[in-house]
Amino acid sequence: MNLLKMFQARGSAPVARERLQILLAHERVRLGPEDLLTRLRDDLIATILRHVEIDPAKVMVKLDGDAAVSILEIDIEIPREKIVGDGKRRPLGGEELISAA
Amino acid sequence: MGNVIVVTSGKGGVGKTTSTAAIGAALAEAGKRVCVVDFDVGLRNLDLVLGAERRVVYDFINVAQGDAKLSQALIRDKRVETLFLLAASQTRDKDALTDDGVERVIGELKASFDWVVCDSPAGIERGALLAMRFADTAVVVANPEVSSVRDSDRIIGLLDSRTRRAEGGQRIDKHLLLTRYDPNRSARGEMLSVADVLEILSIPLVGIIPESEEILRASNVGAPITMNAGAGVAAKAYRDAARRLAGEPVPLVLPSEKRPFFSRLFGRRAA
Repeated sequence: MNLLKMFQARGSAPVARERLQILLAHERVRLGPEDLLTRLRDDLIATILRHVEIDPAKVMVKLDGDAAVSILEIDIEIPREKIVGDGKRRPLGGEELISAA
Repeated sequence: MGNVIVVTSGKGGVGKTTSTAAIGAALAEAGKRVCVVDFDVGLRNLDLVLGAERRVVYDFINVAQGDAKLSQALIRDKRVETLFLLAASQTRDKDALTDDGVERVIGELKASFDWVVCDSPAGIERGALLAMRFADTAVVVANPEVSSVRDSDRIIGLLDSRTRRAEGGQRIDKHLLLTRYDPNRSARGEMLSVADVLEILSIPLVGIIPESEEILRASNVGAPITMNAGAGVAAKAYRDAARRLAGEPVPLVLPSEKRPFFSRLFGRRAA
């Protein structure tokens, strides 16, 4: 057992990593609902990218609202040429703003 | 329109100013017009690291308050002609910078430079928030050490919530610059590894700067480490990081373990 330990736990870095992981998991929950928006944005971009080619810089995710309700506002700009309907590619030019509020 | 980078960390002493100077100089030596901006009001040091400490006449606050024109305050580097410095004020209090003043100066800088590199003060107070406020891109400087990584995590949260881009629903590009990395200690499990830090912070890595004697030498003489074709590993690591920031696909290799032959023979004991 002791011999095994000698080979396994060599330095203090694994302890540092574990302490950080536990601490940051707590702090992220306590300090930031803002982090929710980032994660949502990243997930949305990943999901949309699976279907349509978009520019991640043109994805807007905002949380607005008043005391009673929050409104999640998502604006995703997709170039018209990327959207394919009835099997044909639409003509080039012009950009379409798809908005879901 | 130029790109605004903030070099930030939360924790002090991890290498923000050194990194700002090195990355700024590397971008400028590649032919781009670069302005490095010191946001550390009251504790400016970017001028010193750039060897321009005796040339500061007007500073950021003079320009922000309209007491001097931007062109009067910009200090052109004597070695790299496309590199400029906007120094922080040494005397006034940090409340002298306002959101509107900073926005106007950054706007002017963006109009005439390819890159505006902002050196953030340590902490998460007003100065640090102003430095990141109008940035398009963030370079989060961290050491492989628990307090630095924790503070970096906090800064990442602020970048995602308190910047103009985040408030407008856009994303800000975040990059991790790992400094003072010692591959030998990491290999022995004495220091967090690159993979550890990446897993914890989960933002893309833009560079690994190994612990190096070159860095102190560079600040001693007031020349960014990347200048004059600095040949050391740290200089190369900074130049590569700057090229990645500029969008070039430069492969990232982990700094190799360089151990003298004898210590390799005798294993860990001699290292």
